[in-house]
Parts: sequence; C-alpha cells; structure tokens
Amino acid sequence: MKFCQILFVFLFINSRISAQTDVQGQANSKEQIQEQATTKLQSSVQTDPESKTEDKILINEEGKQVESNGAKTEQHGKFDPKETAFHHISDLNVYSIGPWNFPLPCILYAPGQGWSLFSSGKFHINDDHHGSGHLAIDRYVLNMGKVMLIQDIGFPIGQVEIQGFEIEEREIKGKKRDINYVLYNNNKYELDQASAADGGIFGGGITSFYDFSISKNVFAMLLVIGFLSWVFLGMARRYRSAPGTAPSGAQKLIEPIIEFIRDEVAIPFLGKKYMNYMPLLLSIFFFILGLNLFGQIPFFGGANVTGNLGVTMVLAIIVFIIVNINGKRHYWEHILWMPNIPAAVKIIITPIEILGIFIKPVTLMLRLFANITAGHIVIIVFISLIYIFGKSGENVGAALGASIGSILLALLMSAIELLVVFIQAYVFTLLTASYIGAAIEEHHHDEKN
Amino acid sequence: MTGSIVAIGMGLAAVGAGIGIGSIGGKAVEAIARQPEAIGDIRANMILMAALVEGTALIAILLSYLVA
Repeated sequence: MKFCQILFVFLFINSRISAQTDVQGQANSKEQIQEQATTKLQSSVQTDPESKTEDKILINEEGKQVESNGAKTEQHGKFDPKETAFHHISDLNVYSIGPWNFPLPCILYAPGQGWSLFSSGKFHINDDHHGSGHLAIDRYVLNMGKVMLIQDIGFPIGQVEIQGFEIEEREIKGKKRDINYVLYNNNKYELDQASAADGGIFGGGITSFYDFSISKNVFAMLLVIGFLSWVFLGMARRYRSAPGTAPSGAQKLIEPIIEFIRDEVAIPFLGKKYMNYMPLLLSIFFFILGLNLFGQIPFFGGANVTGNLGVTMVLAIIVFIIVNINGKRHYWEHILWMPNIPAAVKIIITPIEILGIFIKPVTLMLRLFANITAGHIVIIVFISLIYIFGKSGENVGAALGASIGSILLALLMSAIELLVVFIQAYVFTLLTASYIGAAIEEHHHDEKN
Repeated sequence: MTGSIVAIGMGLAAVGAGIGIGSIGGKAVEAIARQPEAIGDIRANMILMAALVEGTALIAILLSYLVA
C-alpha cells in the first residue's frame, strides 16, 4: 500500500509537469508569435481610444466577426453554452462552489520576472461565478478563474486596479481564437493564454509564463489522494495487526473490489506474475475511480480532473513506460519482425506495429479524457437549457418549464455518468493489464507449434 | 450556422459507434442466453469491446472539436 501512496504522489507531481511540457511542446513558434504580439501591442498602446474604434470598424468592414461582450465583471452578455461548458470543465485558479470563490495558492514563473507566490484571493475576486479579479498583481490578472499574464512590459508592476475584461475573436492561421484583453486606464492590454494543458488544446496554449499553482484540479487530486491514503493505510494497518480476521468497516467495501480486479483483470491477462503488477493496477483503478467520483459530486465545484488531458496523459505515459520496459523478446519480435509471415508483408506490418506502440497509450489517454469530459459537458448543456429557454432571465415562465425538463435530463445523465465512472476506471485498468500481458507473454508460439 | 459539417461528422461518428456497440451488446446477450454460466467472461469482454468501439467515436468527436 505504501507503493500506492508513492505512485499517487508521483502522479500528482508529474501531472503538473506534464501540463507544462505540453505547453512547451506547443510553443515551438512561441518566439515568433510573441514578437508579433508585442509589435501589435506596442501599436495598440500607442493609439488613443479614437483610433481603436476605427480599427474595429475596419475589421467589421472586412467581414470578420468582432465579438466584444463588454466587461464580464459588469454585465452579463448573451448566454453562450459552449463558453459556459468550457469554463466549467477547465482547470481554474479558484475553487468555486455556488456563488462562493475559495482562493487557492498561485505559484507562477515568468522568464525575466522570476517566481511569484501569492493567494489568488489577492486578486479580489468578486463573488460571481465567473471568478474574475479586480486587481492586477505584478502584471498577472485573474480572468474567468484563470491566471493570465499581461504581455505588455509597460504595464505597471504591483497591485493595480483594473476596469474589466474584454474578449475579441481574431483569426490566427485560419483558426478563430478568442483573445482576452484587460481594460486599464482606458487602454486595452492583450493577455496571454492561461498556462494549462487543456487550454493548449482548446485555445492556443502559447504562454509566456508557467503556472505551477495548486489549481482546482491539483487541489481535488490532493483531496482524493489524501482520502484514499487515509482509507488504504488504515486498512493496511488492520490487515497487519489482525490477519485472517473477518473484514470490517471500509474493508467490506474495498476488499471485493480488490478481489474483482485481481480475479477478473490481473490473473486472466497477466498469468502467474500478476502480483508484480497488482500495485500498479490497483493504484490506477482507485486513483481514476476516486477522481471520477469526486468530479460527479453535484454542487461541489465539479472538479474535472480525469477529464483533463494532462492528467490522463501522465497516466498513459506511466502505462507506456511500464509496458515497454517490461516487454520481453517475444513482444519486440512481434513488433519489429513478425515471425511466420512472408517478408513482403513484414515490410508493411512493421511500421503499423511500431505506430501501434504509441497509439495504444494515446487511445487510453483520449478515452478517459473524452468520456469524462463529454459527461460533464452534457450535464452542463442540459442545465444550460434553462438559460437558453429563459433567454438569460427575460422569460421566466419558459425558464421554469425548461428547468423541470432539464433537471430530469441532468439527473438521468448523472445516473448514467455514475455507471460510466466505474466502467472507465475498469476499462483503463483492464486495457493496462492487457497491454502489459501482451508485453510479458512468452513462448506462446512454441506451445502452439 | 458555422461548423455544421463538423456536426455531421460528429453524427456519423455516433452512428458508427452506435452500430458497433449495438451489435456487441446484441451478440453478448445472445451468447449469455446460450451459455448463462459464462456470463462473467462475456460481460468483461463485452465492456472491453464496447470501450474500444466507443474510443474511435470519442476520438472523432474530439477531433471535430479541434477542427471547429
């Protein structure tokens, strides 16, 4: 059980690092884009408000869509279910439960500026569910719960009162991207994208700073790891102190699950050596299950940890490493030079098999991520129906009618999600076991022939 | 209406996964009816296969997000 604990800590540390490396990987052309951005900024800072409005009109004339929702902190624009959904599934620097925002520690690093360490409460979050801050601290701002950095070096350092945020849609390389601006002193300052792995997939991901904060997801992960450690260490102590006695308390719940993993997953796939891999399989299973279940608790912030690509990627990388370092001769032979088939076919098969090494962990990563994220999005969209029918508060009757339907649908979906939570944890473990089983298999052909 | 082709793609992915999971489920139920004592093995394999089929659909949906 101690092994489990170490693995959890390892997972936790790595998930943060992976989020960073992912961002770094995508920032190949970072310098180039930064240069562009700074030149743009310089021009935008130098211009006075009048010329800016001209800019906007020009953009409109060119037929590009310019969306300026106005300051998010002051007024609620048109309800956008997509934006709402992505806001709720993404990793944030505040923990929001209902209307309350609980601050979390921010650990930020920007090249040239060094480390910054403060609580996200210092941003003076106003108590609405957006979680936007009133203050800028050392050029960092909190926009919709995410810490972002103001790119312009001319922005004053220290605590500065800001006027609000603005979103503008701009086309970069043929893709529409939302560019965030902060309003200060009647000027617009462009913001970098938040530093996060999923932020990289869904919106740019090119950042000039690194966010090592205890974010919402990390906090949820720590809670779940703490809870699992408490349950499992307590159980382990009991097994040591009173061996061979009937299980009691949490043991009654957990022991059948461990036996299920052993009998249905480990032994059929791994054979005699299953005990070597039981700690890994059980850690993966309970880690995913715990986080999945934690994310399903309604009105509790809905931390979407296993629906974060960074987390599932680290899990998949662990599986990838373990499968490949344990791969026996038989496994590599079947990948590199498949026996008992003609040489012409081998030339076709080998590249496919080599690709297969990488596709397996990638599908593991995507399956868990997509299932959990899809579940969260569907529930949010069902809840959003209330706002869509109610036209953001204008039509109360329709909102009341829609709320009955959407609550029922969301309840149904939550029930299905509870099933999916278990199935995905089980499937991840099962596939891990089957990949490891295929890698450590030996003398299969000899027996057959 | 932007992204409508993406929506069609998502729909097609759902159709493909639906057919796949449907046939897996149907065959599994047939197999269980034939051999009720093998329900454990059949269920485990059914879930595994359903997860694999579903994986392709989810990857398609994910890619459609990226394209959109």
